[in-house]
Amino acid sequence: MPLIRNGAVAEDTYVTVADDAALPDGAVIVSLKRFRAERSDLLARNHALGVVLTSDQSPETLGPDLDRLSVVVLEFPKFRDGRPFSWARLLRTRLKFTGEIRARGDFLYDQIAYLKRVGVDAFELPPAITPELFARALSEMTNVYQPSADGRETISALRG
Amino acid sequence: MYRYDEFDARFVRERTEQFRFQVERRLKGELTEDQFKPLRLMNGLYLQLHAYMLRIAVPYGTLSARQFRKLAEIARKYDKGYGHFTTRQNMQFNWPALKDVPDILGELATVEMHCIQTSGNCIRNVTADHFAGAAADEIEDPRPVAELIRQWSSLHPEFSFLPRKFKIAVIAAREDRAALRYHDAAVEIVKNAEGRTGYRVWVGGGMGRTPYLGYVVGDFVEKPDLLGFLEAIMRVYNENGRRDNLFKARIKILAHSLGETEMRERVLREFKEIKAAGYLQVPEAERARIAAYFAPPEFETLTDEPLPTDGDLGRWIANNVAPHKQPGYAIATISLKPIGGVPGDINADQLDGVAQLMDDFGLTEIRASHEQNLVLPHVRQKDLPAVFARLTALGLATPNAGLITDIICCPGLDYCDLANARSIPIAQEIAKRFADLERQEDIGELKIKMSGCINACGHHHAGHIGILGVDKKGVEYYQLLLGGSAAEDASIGEIMGPGFGEHEIVDAVDRVVEAYRKLRQPGERFLDTYRRLGMEPFKNVAYGEQLHAAH
Repeated sequence: MPLIRNGAVAEDTYVTVADDAALPDGAVIVSLKRFRAERSDLLARNHALGVVLTSDQSPETLGPDLDRLSVVVLEFPKFRDGRPFSWARLLRTRLKFTGEIRARGDFLYDQIAYLKRVGVDAFELPPAITPELFARALSEMTNVYQPSADGRETISALRG
Repeated sequence: MYRYDEFDARFVRERTEQFRFQVERRLKGELTEDQFKPLRLMNGLYLQLHAYMLRIAVPYGTLSARQFRKLAEIARKYDKGYGHFTTRQNMQFNWPALKDVPDILGELATVEMHCIQTSGNCIRNVTADHFAGAAADEIEDPRPVAELIRQWSSLHPEFSFLPRKFKIAVIAAREDRAALRYHDAAVEIVKNAEGRTGYRVWVGGGMGRTPYLGYVVGDFVEKPDLLGFLEAIMRVYNENGRRDNLFKARIKILAHSLGETEMRERVLREFKEIKAAGYLQVPEAERARIAAYFAPPEFETLTDEPLPTDGDLGRWIANNVAPHKQPGYAIATISLKPIGGVPGDINADQLDGVAQLMDDFGLTEIRASHEQNLVLPHVRQKDLPAVFARLTALGLATPNAGLITDIICCPGLDYCDLANARSIPIAQEIAKRFADLERQEDIGELKIKMSGCINACGHHHAGHIGILGVDKKGVEYYQLLLGGSAAEDASIGEIMGPGFGEHEIVDAVDRVVEAYRKLRQPGERFLDTYRRLGMEPFKNVAYGEQLHAAH
């Protein structure tokens, strides 16, 4: 499954580790549950660390630990579950998270532009979405009406 | 009225192409129906009982003659020669082919129309008072605010996959003609004690399986803060609304399970964060830019004259014409409820005929009302006889606005995939029963609202008399509700008891109405008598002989 980071196909330098698996060397992504259980060990490792939030887990629950994370993965259980859009927005706008926000799971081609707007900058593409389609998704709508986490100028600002 | 600039035009054009690509992928089988569904719904496309149905957005119900002609053209070319106005001021076509829909959207775009967010679990097309800009009792025209909300909510990146649909209405008058308290959220333009204009914001209303009236969540929101405040409501909802049960997913369930105090606290907490971040303030210049589009037409200096009271014209004026804020002008309602017709339907020739009438009488805009009628907001009083004559020729001069035959009715089992029972034929039978205009006028204001299932598209909870179609083991039954109102005295109707068969319901309504005529005190509407006396005297007569039968 290709990873798109900042608009281009990128190598995934992280390994997502199951809750009961041993930690490999290098950068890992773990569940919130495992992060909470092994917090000090995980933070003491000298490697980049990511946490997966399921759609019912608000990033606000991470508290100050957020600053110690390099990646937050937002998992879509079903594309209809729109909570991750708010979580991404909160991460970028309110919590000022500057690390990677990665979309994972069941999201659609037609949600990519929205995800980018709310602050997602990495995408684990589902099989149906090729990198070419990904690029197309971002080109469909030129302008936007409302401010979001991407800092794009709104139509109202462009009207000046 | 609002005119697209280059940005709006490009947005709608690109949105059309975006949808064309979605349809292409669906037709090629690259999208499953499950994946296509939320995408087509966000563009107003339903899969109904017999065919696709396309719902066209009419923001705050305002249309031009040019747009009417385009709707006529689409009705002829892509549908069966007619369209249907809905209870949310939109227009539906019942028979388009999927492959044609992108072209229909392309045609609509040429007259600044679209189908964006007329369905789906997103912020729906915004509605407003259909007398906006003309009503004698308004503080200001509510449509600039509705337009501001429309733009902000269009393809909103955070709120396009909500737990459920989200409907917003805007009014600016004491009299509520937009069913404010039955909306997920509503904005009421008000003046505070210092005389400053701002917004009272409501949340948590809704019909459907579990009806609720909304309550106030923001007492006085300042003008630049409105979108920030609405965004706060949306975020609280998106994060906390139930997603485990479709029937408990609307914000009304969240709002009423949290309670007013907790809901207020959460919204205010969120709003403070948004305000502190400062990203959603609407500057005065932008509000003024939008408001300028809604400047009233250049009214002539006229004086109010006594209006004709005789004959058919007099009756039409008495029932369908309302006072205007400008001397010498009037607001005229075009009833889409001919006796025995389909409530809200209009054919292509009528659409064209009304467009021609508008051009000939210098009327730049027309409104669709949530009561499924049309409104000519700015008619010169002296033109009323000629306008009436023209409407008569078009078959659009039924003088029953607000009377018992002005029935709100959903499409029901004749069209709708969700319905349990037919609603149109029952509405037609009721209208025929009460066709006698003298009797209608004697009964006075009496709003019958009817839905063919508990989803309540026909607003049955809010009817003075509400009718709900249900299915019991393959047989259609009709429940009677009394005492609902969608106006400023909003209330939820109470179910009378066991349902009536399709051949009993019209008699039951008749008996209830006759009981009212016997029991009323001078000046009392049906609703007032019901509120004074309660269900008992009406229930005692409604079942007639059946009272002694198995029920």
